[in-house]
Amino acid sequence: MSKTNQSPGAPAATLQQTGRSVRLSGLSKHYGDFAAVDGIDMDIRAGELLTLLGASGSGKTTTLSMIAGFTTPTEGTVLIDGEEITRVPPHKRNLGMVFQHYSLFPHMNVRTNVEFPLKQRGVPKAERRRRAMEALEVVELAHRAQARVTELSGGQQQRIALARALVFSPSVLLMDEPFGALDRALREKMQMEVRRIHRELGVTVVFVTHDQQEALTLSDRIAVFERGRIEQVGTPEDLYERPASLHVATFLGESNLLPGTVDGGVFVTRSGSRLSAGSAENGPATLVVRPEHVRVQPATGTGAGIAATVGEVVYLGADKRLVAVTADGEITARIAAAEGYRPGDDVRLGWEPGAAAVFPG
Amino acid sequence: MNQRTPVRLPLALWAGVTALLLVAPTLVVIPLSFTERRSFSFPIEGWSLQWYERFFTDPRWYGALGTSIAVAIGAALVATVAGTLAAIALDRARLRYGWLIRALLLLPVVVPQIVAAVAIFGTYLGWGISGTPLGLLLAHIVLAIPFVVIPVSTALQSFDPTLERAAAVLGAGGWGRFWQVQLPLISPGVITGFVFAFVTSLDEVVIAYFLQTPTLRSLPVQMYSSVTVETDPTIAVASSLMLVFSTIVILLPRFFAARRRRLLKAKETP
Ligand SMILES: Nc1ncnc2c1ncn2[C@@H]1O[C@H](COP(=O)(O)OP(=O)(O)OP(=O)(O)O)[C@@H](O)[C@H]1O
Ligand SMILES: [Mg+2]
Repeated sequence: MSKTNQSPGAPAATLQQTGRSVRLSGLSKHYGDFAAVDGIDMDIRAGELLTLLGASGSGKTTTLSMIAGFTTPTEGTVLIDGEEITRVPPHKRNLGMVFQHYSLFPHMNVRTNVEFPLKQRGVPKAERRRRAMEALEVVELAHRAQARVTELSGGQQQRIALARALVFSPSVLLMDEPFGALDRALREKMQMEVRRIHRELGVTVVFVTHDQQEALTLSDRIAVFERGRIEQVGTPEDLYERPASLHVATFLGESNLLPGTVDGGVFVTRSGSRLSAGSAENGPATLVVRPEHVRVQPATGTGAGIAATVGEVVYLGADKRLVAVTADGEITARIAAAEGYRPGDDVRLGWEPGAAAVFPG
Repeated sequence: MNQRTPVRLPLALWAGVTALLLVAPTLVVIPLSFTERRSFSFPIEGWSLQWYERFFTDPRWYGALGTSIAVAIGAALVATVAGTLAAIALDRARLRYGWLIRALLLLPVVVPQIVAAVAIFGTYLGWGISGTPLGLLLAHIVLAIPFVVIPVSTALQSFDPTLERAAAVLGAGGWGRFWQVQLPLISPGVITGFVFAFVTSLDEVVIAYFLQTPTLRSLPVQMYSSVTVETDPTIAVASSLMLVFSTIVILLPRFFAARRRRLLKAKETP
C-alpha cells in the first residue's frame, strides 16, 4: 500500500520520543474457572507496532486492559522497560489509550479534551494550550479546536481521541479496535494515519483488532490469540508464509484446506490423491495451500497433482480467481489474467512441495 | 419537534388548557392575598397590601418563613450530597445486598408520613432533640434522600463507564475523575434531586407539626395552626410566598442551563 495525498506535515517536535518496551510474563486472568487469558509470555519491543489479532472472546481486550491497569492479573507480571507495574493504578502508568467508541468527554470541547491529560499533570495553562494545538495539528484537526465533540464525525472524533492519547508523549500507546465503528474507506485512511504517526513519533503501539487485513496492513509484528493463549508471534510475512498452526493459516488470508491422512511422508486425500507431506507425522491431517501457490495446468496425460474441473472464473483486473471442483472439494487458485480457462474445462492442480503446509488434525 | 405539523396548534391548545386547569386553583391564592376585606370571598372588591404588612410584622409569620427556608436549604444540601454519594456507591460497588440498601433508602417515599411522624417523634423524645431545629433538619434530610437517589441513579445509568477508564488512563486519579468527568455529566440528575429535595422539605407538614414548639414552626405548620383559630387572608400571603419560592427553585436549573448554553456559544465564536 502506498501513501496517497497525505501531506507529510512535520511532526510536533515535543511529541517525539522514544517508545518503551513492554514485557508480559506468565500473564493470566481467570474469571471463576474460566481463563480469559491463560499464561501469556510476550516481549513488545520499544518503538514497534504490535497487533493482537484473534477471534471474538480470545482475550485481546483482557490482555490490553491488564497492560493499561483496568484489570488486575490473576497471575503473572507486566513490565515496562524492565520496571514492574502489575499493581500500579492506571493513572500512574503514563500510557496513552484509544478506545473503540471514542470516549471523548462530551461536556468539553475538542481542545479541552486534548488538554485533559496535561491538566492532570499540572502543566500550566498556556503551555497546555500550545501543546494541545500541536497534537491537533498532527491529526490535522487544529481548525476544529473550539468545536463541541458531538458535532464531529466518527472519524474526526477518533482522531481527537488519538491526539488526546498522544499529547502527553506517552511511551506506549494502546488501541482497542479503534476503527471498528468506522466504514471501510475511513478505516483505511485511519490506518494510514496510525502508520504515519507511529513512524513520526516513535511511540510503541499495541493495537487490538479482529480484522486480519488491518493487522497485515499496520503491524511490524502480529500476535495471534486463540482462547486466551498466543498461538504465534511474528511479522505479517512470517505468519502468512510460515503459519505455525492450522488456526493461524486459516485466520490470516485465504487458504485451501484439504482433509486427509499422512502415511510415511505422503499426504493422502480422502479421494486417494497422493501429495508430498514434508516431514509431517503419521495420522489424520489437513493440508493447507494458498490460492496464489496453486498452479493450474491443462489435463493432459497422467502427471502428478489433482484432477479437477473448472467451476467458475472471476476476472479481478490484475489476475483471475479460479475455483476448481475436485473429488476432495473446491480448490481456489489465483491465475494470470491472460490464462483462458473456462468453466467446464478439465485441469490438473499442483504446487511446489514447499508451498503447502500439513498440520495434524 | 420543530416541525409545523397540522396537529401542532390543537396540541398546543390542549396542553395550555390542561396546564391552566392544573394550576388555576393554586393561583387563586395570589389575588386573595391582595384583598381589602378580612375574608376569602370572591369577587375581590378592593385591593390592599395590609395582609403582607401583617405577615412581615408578625414574628410568628415571618419567623416561620425563615425557619422553612433555612431548613429546606439545609435539608436539600445535605440530602443532595448524601443521596448522590449513595447512588454512586450503589451503582459501582456491585454489593450483594445492594438492592436491600436501595430499598431502605427509598423507604421514606412509601411509609405513610403520619406513621413516620409518630416514630420520629417517639425517637426524638428519647434523644432529647424533639422541637430543635436539628431534629427537624434531620427528619427532612431522611425524607428528601430518595428524591435525590432516584434522579441521580437514572443519570448514572446513562453515564458511559469507559469515560471513567479513559480519564484514569489519561492520568486522572479518583478525585479528578469524580470532579472533572463524572459529576459534570450527572449534574442534571443532581440538580433535579436538589430541587425535589428542597420542595419536599418546604412542603412537609405532618412531621413538622409533631416536632413543633411555639418558637420552632415551619411555615406550613404556622398556616395549619392559624386556620384553626382565625381565618384571615394572611394565610393567602403565606401560600403566595411558598408558590414563589418553589417556582424560583424549580426554574433555577433551566436558567443555569440556558446561561451555560449561551456561554458555550460565545466561547465557540470568539
Ligand atoms: N468481567 C468479566 N467476567 C467474566 N468473563 C469475562 C469478563 N471479561 C471478559 N470475560 C470473558 O473473557 C473472554 C475474553 O474476553 P475479551 O474481552 O478479552 O475478548 P476479546 O478478544 O477482546 O474479544 P472481542 O473481539 O469480542 O472484543 C470472553 O470469553 C469474555 O466473555
Ligand atoms: Mg475486545
